[in-house]
Amino acid sequence: MGERASKLKTVRLKTPISDEDLKSLEIGSVAFLDGMLYTAREGVYEKILNKGETPDVDFTRLTNVNFHCAPAASQNDDGSYNIGAVTATASFRFAKYLDRWFSETGTKVIIGKGGMSQAHYNELYVPHGAVYLTTVGYGTGALLGRGIVDVEAVNWLDELGIAQAMWILKLENFGPLLVESDIHGNSLFERNNKEVNERVEGLYEGLKPPALARYGETRNKTDELI
Amino acid sequence: MIKSETIEMAANEIMARAAIDIPEDYKSGIKGMIDMEKGDLSAFVLEAMLENWEVATEDRRPMCGDTGVPRYYIKTGNEAQIEGGFIELEHRLRRATAQATHDIPLRPNRVHPLTRQDNNNNVGMNAPEIEYSFEPDTDWIDITTVHKGGLFGTDYRMLFPGDGIDGIKRFFLDVLLAFGKRGLACQPAIVGIGLGGSKDTCMMLGKQAACLRTVGSRHPQAEVAKLEDELKELGNTTGLGAMGFNGNSTVVGCNIEVGYTHTGGMPMSVHCFCLSSRRATARLYSDGSVDYRTDPEWFTPYMRRNTVGWDGNAALAGAAE
Repeated sequence: MGERASKLKTVRLKTPISDEDLKSLEIGSVAFLDGMLYTAREGVYEKILNKGETPDVDFTRLTNVNFHCAPAASQNDDGSYNIGAVTATASFRFAKYLDRWFSETGTKVIIGKGGMSQAHYNELYVPHGAVYLTTVGYGTGALLGRGIVDVEAVNWLDELGIAQAMWILKLENFGPLLVESDIHGNSLFERNNKEVNERVEGLYEGLKPPALARYGETRNKTDELI
Repeated sequence: MIKSETIEMAANEIMARAAIDIPEDYKSGIKGMIDMEKGDLSAFVLEAMLENWEVATEDRRPMCGDTGVPRYYIKTGNEAQIEGGFIELEHRLRRATAQATHDIPLRPNRVHPLTRQDNNNNVGMNAPEIEYSFEPDTDWIDITTVHKGGLFGTDYRMLFPGDGIDGIKRFFLDVLLAFGKRGLACQPAIVGIGLGGSKDTCMMLGKQAACLRTVGSRHPQAEVAKLEDELKELGNTTGLGAMGFNGNSTVVGCNIEVGYTHTGGMPMSVHCFCLSSRRATARLYSDGSVDYRTDPEWFTPYMRRNTVGWDGNAALAGAAE
C-alpha cells in the first residue's frame, strides 16, 4: 500500500463475518477478508428466488458474504479451475432481489461496485443488519485474484456460464475493500456525492443550455441516477 | 506475404499484453495525478491501482476481472499481402480470441443480447468487432486489440452550431457527472470525444479517440488541441476523484477527433477509457518479423486527410498549421 493509504484505518475480517465485527465497521475503513465468499448476481438470484432452484452446495452454511462479481476464469481439461482476475460489477441493478435474498440466505455483507442508494440502505440493508463493502479502483482485479486461494465449488456452471455461475471461493487476505455502508446505513458514496453536488451549480454557471432539450427522467445534476 | 500463423500468434500475444500490462503512457499519467490529488480516499484508490498493475504484470494475470469486450483494429498497408486474404485474417482473429479467453483467462463477457447465450469464448455474432483502415506506401499490417469495458461512461448527443463551445462543455460535464459519481466510469479516464461526422461516425471517432490515442497526445489542428486542453482542465474541476470520492482526478487525458458533419449540426459523443485502459498493437512485416507496442498510431496523417487526393507531404504540411 502507498503512503496515502496509511492515513486510512485498516481491518482484517474472518468469514462468516460476526455480528460484533459488523457492528464495528466504520465507513471509509480499508478491509481485507479471510475465509470464503460466494458470487451471485442476476442469473443466480433468478434461479434461487424466482425459479425456486437449490444449488448442489449449500453456500449459506459456508459464508455470509455475497460478491457481485463474474470472475475471469476458465476450466481446465482435468476439471480444475483457473481463476485469473476478479472484480465487482455495479450493484444497483440487483436491488430488487436483495430483501428476499437477505431473508432467505442470511447474507450480511455485499461486496460490489458503486454501492447502493441511500434509500436502498435504509429499506434493504439496515433492517437485515447488512453492510456493503466496495471494491477499489475500479478494478484491482489482479490484487483480488491473488486473494483467492482456491475454488471450493461452482454451482450452475453449464447452465449460467462462467460469468453468471455461482462461484464459492476461498480467500486469504482478500482486498483491499472499502467499507461503504455501516449497519446504520451511513454511506461513504452518499457523503462524497453531497460534497460534489454542492459544486454542480457553479460548474455550469455561464454555460448556456443547448437549443434542443432532451426528454429525460431528471435534468437536475444533483439527483441520484442509480 | 504475411503468414496466417503469424497473425494468430501475434493476436494471441496482444490479447495477453492488453489484458495484463497497463500501457506506460496511462500509468505515467496516473502517477502524475496522485501527487496532485487533494482527496486522500481518491489518492488511496490510485495507489492501489498502481500496486494492482504491478501484481498483474508479475503474476501474468489480467489487471481487471471485467476483461472488457475484446475487439480489433486493423491498419493494413496498401501493398500488404495476407496469406488467405482477409477472410483468413478474420478467422485467425476469432480463433485467437477464443484461445486467449481460455488461456489467460479472460472473462467470457460476450452474450446474445436477448437469449443471453454465452459461447464462453468472447466470440459470437458481430463479435469481436474488426475495424479497418489503410496506410499508403507500405506492406506491413498493424493489429491492435482494445479491451474496453462495455457498460458506463459513454453518451451521444446531437448539438447544433449555435450551441457552440458552451454546448460542448455542458454535454461533457453531463457525462462526467452521470458516470463519474460512485466511479461508474472507473475514472480517471482517457476521455475520447467524437465531434461531427454522421451519427455513427461520431460514435466511432470518439471511441477511437479514447482507445487508440495515448495520454499526452494532441490533435494536429490547433483549435482542436486547445479544446482538448480546456476540457481536460474543466473535467478535473467537478470535485470528482477516483471512485467518485472527493478529489480532482477525473480526466487523465482528453482526445478529440473530428469529422466533417452536416452544416446544420454538431453531433458529439463522449467515451471514457477506464483505469484498465487495455490496448496493445503488433506490427507484422512481410519478412515475418513482428514488433509490439502500446501506442496504436491509428490516426495517421492519411486518416485525417482533408483533401480530395493524397500527397503525403502536402497533407502533413496542412495538418501542422
